[in-house]
Amino acid sequence: MRAYTEKIREAAKRLFAEKRVDAVIGFRKGTVPFMNEPFLAKDVDQVDQLYWDSNCGVNLANYLPKRTDRVAIVAKGCDSRNIVVQLLENQIKREQLVILGAPCRGMIDRRRIAAELKGKEALQTNEAGGKILVAGRDFETALDREAFLQENCAICIHRNPVIYDELVGDLVPEQENVDRYADVRQVEAMSPEERRQYFDTLIAPCIRCYACRNACPACYCPTCFVDEAAPQWVGKTTDPTDTRTFHFLRAYHLAGRCTDCGACERACPVAIKVRQFTKKLEKDVKELYGYEVGLSLDQRPPLDTYQPGDPEPFIK
Amino acid sequence: MSELYIAKEKFPDAVRRLMDGSRVYGPVLEGQYHSFAQLKEPEDADLSFQNTRLSPKGLFNPQAERMFRFSLAKGDPEAGIVKEVPKDYSPRIILGIRPCDAVAFQLDDKNFDTETIQDPWWVKRRETTTMVGLACNSPCGTCFCTSVGTGPFDPAGLDVLLTDVGAGYVARGITEKGKKLLSGMVGGSEVSPRAAAKAAELKKAAEGSLGKVFDTGALAKKSMLELFNASFWDEIQFSCINCGTCTFLCPTCWCFDIQDETCQESGERLRLWDSCMFPLFTLHGSGHNPRAQKLQRVRQRFMHKLKYYPEKYKGGVACVGCGRCVKACPVNIDIRRVARTMSAGCSCPA
Repeated sequence: MRAYTEKIREAAKRLFAEKRVDAVIGFRKGTVPFMNEPFLAKDVDQVDQLYWDSNCGVNLANYLPKRTDRVAIVAKGCDSRNIVVQLLENQIKREQLVILGAPCRGMIDRRRIAAELKGKEALQTNEAGGKILVAGRDFETALDREAFLQENCAICIHRNPVIYDELVGDLVPEQENVDRYADVRQVEAMSPEERRQYFDTLIAPCIRCYACRNACPACYCPTCFVDEAAPQWVGKTTDPTDTRTFHFLRAYHLAGRCTDCGACERACPVAIKVRQFTKKLEKDVKELYGYEVGLSLDQRPPLDTYQPGDPEPFIK
Repeated sequence: MSELYIAKEKFPDAVRRLMDGSRVYGPVLEGQYHSFAQLKEPEDADLSFQNTRLSPKGLFNPQAERMFRFSLAKGDPEAGIVKEVPKDYSPRIILGIRPCDAVAFQLDDKNFDTETIQDPWWVKRRETTTMVGLACNSPCGTCFCTSVGTGPFDPAGLDVLLTDVGAGYVARGITEKGKKLLSGMVGGSEVSPRAAAKAAELKKAAEGSLGKVFDTGALAKKSMLELFNASFWDEIQFSCINCGTCTFLCPTCWCFDIQDETCQESGERLRLWDSCMFPLFTLHGSGHNPRAQKLQRVRQRFMHKLKYYPEKYKGGVACVGCGRCVKACPVNIDIRRVARTMSAGCSCPA
């Protein structure tokens, strides 16, 4: 994927030269292993800071809403789906965008790496031939890239951008026969009491920093319900009631809008698997409406429209 | 006693003895990360940790503190009168706190314990807590304590400094409180010249591994207005998603909000961690928000730590270089890079 770096820079230089964009949204190389920083190149002098590797898991579509300029944006499969959601929800206009599609083979999960290293700290990292090379103070190891992908990437079935103006690499084969919902079915099989316990344990470490919300390209409300002060809808403590209220409402607000890009889970500073909430909703929307989020600009999302054939099993 | 050696096999018994008269907190592994929690058994503490995910500040300034309680019952003569919620001030020991985190409390003291205003809960918790710190033999790649006036073996904020010398710990009493604790410690013996030499060698190596990643002196010389108006904030703020990760994990961020929560006929006054990253932090009752823009909030955080605090309190920056924000920022905003940008030349908009 490092070859993308050159392609991204080339495209950015060309777009600036042709005066087609005012800025380019991409990544610049991170200051710590397994992290890159979202970066806005504003002119051709900054283009050479643009960078790409397998640590570009942040969803760049998050930086689009409210922009008024013309921007190019590097988009993986998931980012492109979130751009579709934003276009459908009128958060950005297609003519503002030049989408540089980045076919993706999955992004590295830095927590899986950390768990594998068992307390040893990675100080240098590189990729070669399907391996992640990691070096620390007294060790060097090569890890199998496929085994250390973000969980959402491991089960991703839309690695290629669904909407783009040009590609920065060849399209990649999509994963087939993926069981996307094994974990959701496990939770569904639980008794209500077990399920409550499962989710309470899941969110127990939450510190209410809202990184999950803020990393999400679908969370762009001018004022989030948790930030309403008059009246205040939800308490700010880490008491289970407050924490639950936040997570449940956040998840429900993403029903039929979440692309499972994993940005929320990746952002969480205390490693909560917040996708456990949104995946269930994704599964329901798929099973009830046959809808996969962010694949098409031609179909209204099922939860913002009505069809006579809509399932209504909840009406008894 | 000012110095002793405790072999690792004797350490659990020594900790157990400490637990007899005090609540002992230590780094406990929960899931992927360590946090400071009260030990039930000495073995709960994992002193092989690098550092805890969250700083130990919650032990002095809890994320949600019940300050007062009040009744709202009709006819209750005491309705509306706030009454302090009792707090536990029994003696406690924080075992394994890193030197940087202990220094952070000294920085916070300048806010919570001043000549004119003392926060009673902060002050009492500080008084009844003994800090048994653990020197950092192997600082993380994200650590930069030596760039901000502290260090991996800095005893300044501690009562006792432990150094892991392999088969045991060299324990050095720093304050009277610490020396008293050591004199009651079981299983200790005299520090051999070899152990003392090893501790000194580890200190030198740890400090040597860190270097200086930015210059606070250069920052101090910069004009505040020049920094405030600098054009580089636009670039720095771009990636920020305005979550509270950096401020909540930071050992020196102390900002809070006070709210009343009521339920039927009673209520509580809570003090809650707040974050300058949140728009609500500065929202006025009028609806005006002096920091409505992300750029203003991002600038505030770095300016507060690196410029406003040093100018106000004349005591160095409000950062101890623990690197938690660097490690956990979801978008890799790195205070070291920001500080370098701030201390280097800054081009101001015309």
